[in-house]
Amino acid sequence: MALRPVTTESAPVRWLLIGLAVAILTLFLLLPLAAVFIEAFRRGWEVFTAALTEDAAFSAIKLTLIAAAISVPLNTIFGVAAAWLITKFRFKGRALLLSLIDLPFAVSPVIAGLVFVLMFGAKGWFGPWLMEHDIRIIFALPGIILATVFVTSPFVARELIPLMESQGIDQEEAAVTLGASGLQIFRRVTIPNIKWGLLYGVLLCNARAMGEFGAVSVVSGHIRGKTNTLPLHVEVLYNEYQFSAAFACAALLALLALVTLGLKTAVEHFTGHGSKGRH
Amino acid sequence: MPKQRVIPGFGLSMGITIFWLSGIILIPLAALFLKAAGLGPGEWWNILTSPRVLAAAKLTFGASAAAAGVSMVLGLLVAWVLVRYEFPGKKVLDAMVDLPFALPTAVAGITLTQIYAPTGWLGQYLAKWGIQGAYSPTGVFIALTFIGFPFVVRTVQPVMEDLGPELEEASASLGANRWTTFRRVIFPLLVPALITGFTLAFARAIGEYGSVIFISGNLPMKTEILPLLIVAQLEQFKYEAAAVIAAGMLLVSFALLFLINLLQRRLNWQTR
Repeated sequence: MALRPVTTESAPVRWLLIGLAVAILTLFLLLPLAAVFIEAFRRGWEVFTAALTEDAAFSAIKLTLIAAAISVPLNTIFGVAAAWLITKFRFKGRALLLSLIDLPFAVSPVIAGLVFVLMFGAKGWFGPWLMEHDIRIIFALPGIILATVFVTSPFVARELIPLMESQGIDQEEAAVTLGASGLQIFRRVTIPNIKWGLLYGVLLCNARAMGEFGAVSVVSGHIRGKTNTLPLHVEVLYNEYQFSAAFACAALLALLALVTLGLKTAVEHFTGHGSKGRH
Repeated sequence: MPKQRVIPGFGLSMGITIFWLSGIILIPLAALFLKAAGLGPGEWWNILTSPRVLAAAKLTFGASAAAAGVSMVLGLLVAWVLVRYEFPGKKVLDAMVDLPFALPTAVAGITLTQIYAPTGWLGQYLAKWGIQGAYSPTGVFIALTFIGFPFVVRTVQPVMEDLGPELEEASASLGANRWTTFRRVIFPLLVPALITGFTLAFARAIGEYGSVIFISGNLPMKTEILPLLIVAQLEQFKYEAAAVIAAGMLLVSFALLFLINLLQRRLNWQTR
């Protein structure tokens, strides 16, 4: 009989713990995921495709894509700039800046929507002026984008900061002594080092941007076919007891989540180590 | 350290970061506190101590703390099994832990409601035990645990991976059994990460909206959470009241997070 190493548990304990963990993950994660797809297809393929191709669903998908296509690149620029600033330089107020970057994680999405209503809504600070000039921000696309940007702003920075911190600044300094310009250093030295982390940050940012509910719900006004994003459309259908249609749209969003997780796993495979940062 | 900065881009990256943080986050949040400050202390007191706000606050902070606490236990177990043992399907399960981060909250909300409703897949069994899943405070707790426990797994996992076998070997050579080694050697090293995970799960749970509003049933005084109360005020165009509740909620959660941070610093100090 092989001797058991002193740093592991006896087989029964091991299998008991594995069984418990698998049971928790199955009940808690796999069951809900399966439920989304089962409910979506409960009344057949036709009901499923009809729910996704009707006008309101189509415009909700379009709006979701537009909002993400604008807010994700903006937050990517911010995230890269913030990570560069935090990891390449030491300056007064750096710790404060770091906590400010994280701040949106501690703010309820509902409050993220509320602040823009208070600024740009009919009774907000700029409300009368905007009304005079016939500019709509709240209950329109700009408000949805502002709320999405607020909620998703930390994702890219959060993914890049630990990665760039661990890589240090030696390579960039070497490039400077060899006469490289700032842009050259960024393109030829930094980007190749951080590309996978950057990709994962963008993916997470995008998943949250397309799936954001609370913040967008407050600023959107729920105008069907106009200011409903896909998650809001799910809510409307659900509240109208159109369960199959609601779950069909939910299945599309769940698919987005699965693709995000799949790409994340692939990224980890390429880089050879996990990027188990905070989210 | 040299005074001169060698790497270029300080001004540019500082400019972009400050511009973005102030424009998108700081000025809007300041607008919230200004709006709330428009009401006097008397009105603040009246709004924040109204029975409906107090009931919602109790549920929000109570269910969030309970969910983050249970997340610590579940997260520790799951992280332990994923780091220490090999079994079929481990890679898939490891990847799935991030599902609550990636799944839109509204999807989580309607799905958990469907499962834990009195006639749902799991709700019917809970009902036999006399527990109401969806449309009760229990439902709020379930949704917040779903949202929170990946935070604990993902903060504890890297720390656990970095633990070398030396300490455990030393502990075993001194005659400790596995349970004693876990309790006296391994667990104390994981405590800071566990508290970080708790804090992240707790902070996220306090503000959570999408996954909760479907499963809670939104009964005033019973299953209404603070973020929903803010939305309710907005729908009645009571902007000031909404701002006061939001400001109060932010102040309390920042204070709690600050206290947990202090506690953690002291713990880190002790284990160093």
